[in-house]
Amino acid sequence: MVQYQSAQLDAAFAALADATRRGVLERLGRADASITDLAEKFDMTLTGMKKHVGVLEHAGLVVTEKVGRVRTCKLGPRRLQEVTDWIEKYRQLWEARFDELDAVVEELKQKEKAK
Amino acid sequence: MKNETKVERKSDRETVITRTFNGPVHIVWEAWTKPELFQRWWVPKSSGLTLVSCEQDIRVGGKYKLVFRHSAAPEPFAFFGTYKEVTPNTRLVWTNEENGGGQVTTVTFEEIAGKTKVVVLELYPSKEALDEAHASGAASGMLESFDQLEEFLAA
Repeated sequence: MVQYQSAQLDAAFAALADATRRGVLERLGRADASITDLAEKFDMTLTGMKKHVGVLEHAGLVVTEKVGRVRTCKLGPRRLQEVTDWIEKYRQLWEARFDELDAVVEELKQKEKAK
Repeated sequence: MKNETKVERKSDRETVITRTFNGPVHIVWEAWTKPELFQRWWVPKSSGLTLVSCEQDIRVGGKYKLVFRHSAAPEPFAFFGTYKEVTPNTRLVWTNEENGGGQVTTVTFEEIAGKTKVVVLELYPSKEALDEAHASGAASGMLESFDQLEEFLAA
């Protein structure tokens, strides 16, 4: 289970490394869309967009469903949230640390000036 | 003004944190390498942790040991390791040994126009070790939540 989750997380990080794919997620966060819609919005070929959606789908970030001839994409359950939670917690710890380090640096600078 | 803290997962085994500080490199280096300064910022108040003691023997092969207490943990706990590389105003490398073969932390310092860019790279022995470390980080977030629950119940 843990291994399954970490493999999914890896796939998610790889998926998020691309600006177009992040844009697609943002878009799908607002409304579901077909691959054709997405290709148009991002000014890409249908084949190119299919590849991006495939990567997002593999990572569990997006699910697709084919109704008739149209493949509709929507956000996958919780996935993006899990990825961002992980990074966000880590970032918050370092940011809190570094904010306090800012204060120490400022104080040392003042002391040096006063010398 | 406060600068941005950037975090990215560079690979399966590495995370990278980047931040610029508004001061020359010798000052930033001092804040990382003098225990009385280091302990003022390394443990942010929001972490819910209290630093009980901080020892840093900053030289190659020297050891460090940080002892913490958390209100939800019955016993204090320690983080410790060894400095592998100490190049003043440039590079500081240490191991994290509290969990057996843990990650290696490399901090690089670079002065650019009177400011200092700090890059912290954490290299884990394996992808699983990195995932586990972050899962336990989430667990410490839970400790904080327990604190808040205690406060709520006491009110």
